[in-house]
Amino acid sequence: MRTMRTPMARVRGLGAARDGTGHWWMQKLLSLALIPLTIWFVASVIALAGADHAAVTGWLGNPVAAGLMILLVIATFYHGLLGVQAVVEDYVHNEAAKFALLIGLKGLHIVLGLTGVLAVLTILFQG
Amino acid sequence: MVEFALPRNSKIRKGHVHPAPDGAQRPKTFHVYRWDPDSGENPRVDQFTIDLDDCGPMVLDGLIKIKNDVDSTLTFRRSCREGVCGSCAFNVNGRNTLACTTFIEETDGDVKVYPLPHMRVVKDLVPDLNEAYAQYAAIEPWLKTRTPAPERERLQSPEERAQLDGLWECILCFCCTTSCPSYWWNGERYLGPAVLLQAYRFINDSRDEYTGERLDQLEDPFRLYRCHTIMNCTRTCPKGLNPAKAIAEIKKKMVERRV
Repeated sequence: MRTMRTPMARVRGLGAARDGTGHWWMQKLLSLALIPLTIWFVASVIALAGADHAAVTGWLGNPVAAGLMILLVIATFYHGLLGVQAVVEDYVHNEAAKFALLIGLKGLHIVLGLTGVLAVLTILFQG
Repeated sequence: MVEFALPRNSKIRKGHVHPAPDGAQRPKTFHVYRWDPDSGENPRVDQFTIDLDDCGPMVLDGLIKIKNDVDSTLTFRRSCREGVCGSCAFNVNGRNTLACTTFIEETDGDVKVYPLPHMRVVKDLVPDLNEAYAQYAAIEPWLKTRTPAPERERLQSPEERAQLDGLWECILCFCCTTSCPSYWWNGERYLGPAVLLQAYRFINDSRDEYTGERLDQLEDPFRLYRCHTIMNCTRTCPKGLNPAKAIAEIKKKMVERRV
């Protein structure tokens, strides 16, 4: 469509969404949280190298380990979701595709995160 | 819009070659982007070899030499020739900078001059900056107050004045904005580093009484938060300013007012 809108009209557009700070701030906080959680996770995996199934479930059956693991899973998928959301907003300019991708990715991350959390809880409560 | 290849009508062809003048002692070759909207042809890169002994020291001197002596149709903006007007901003050897403050001697090999990246080209080295200027106007770059005008100046302590250092020096050449990939992909909604640095210049001015409203106007996933701290802006700024830091300070203020 040809447009005769002024540059100022295009720039002002639909106005400021008054949003975005939460996304940005949460991404910073999650990356901070992921530093100790990832170090803990990697150190635990190294310590468990060569251990059998019972030893691993025994470790994850400890409430502290299970709690940290659930936090790690949530922080990872939440952080990942915020990241891919920014990628989609950056690169996908077809509005319909953008909406579909944003909603689909949100769903995918919720399902994956929930699956991880439930797996940890299964080990915690059933061994 | 993301574009990984140039559109068909923007693909660059080889252009004319203008050899060095007879008896040139210090020849230097300029490769200059040319595009004429009236010709209907694709852009081309012309080669001009000039004698540095017969030319001023700056890249802008070289372009003026070419326009005066070789091809008067070469079109570019220039005015102050001393880095305060921001007119002669080009991409020189892959980096956005001011031609008037870039020494020819300090360029490696040939000098390659292109218009500022990812802007519509008006002709040759002249980019269309209408939208960028509208973005600048949209942040209302002037002092706004509610207090009635005093009898004399609006006062500011020396410390408060020092808060504007590193901001007021911006000459709006748009080297930073046109070096920013986020601006390339989303320039119609993202304001870009030059305009955000200017916005912060007024947000950070102790005399301004519309700080909150200014932040309101910027709080947007696209207007402000398309900045992903890529830092091309700070790397390329020919005035040595730090737009990335100014943008970070705006983001800090956004958090500060909600915690």
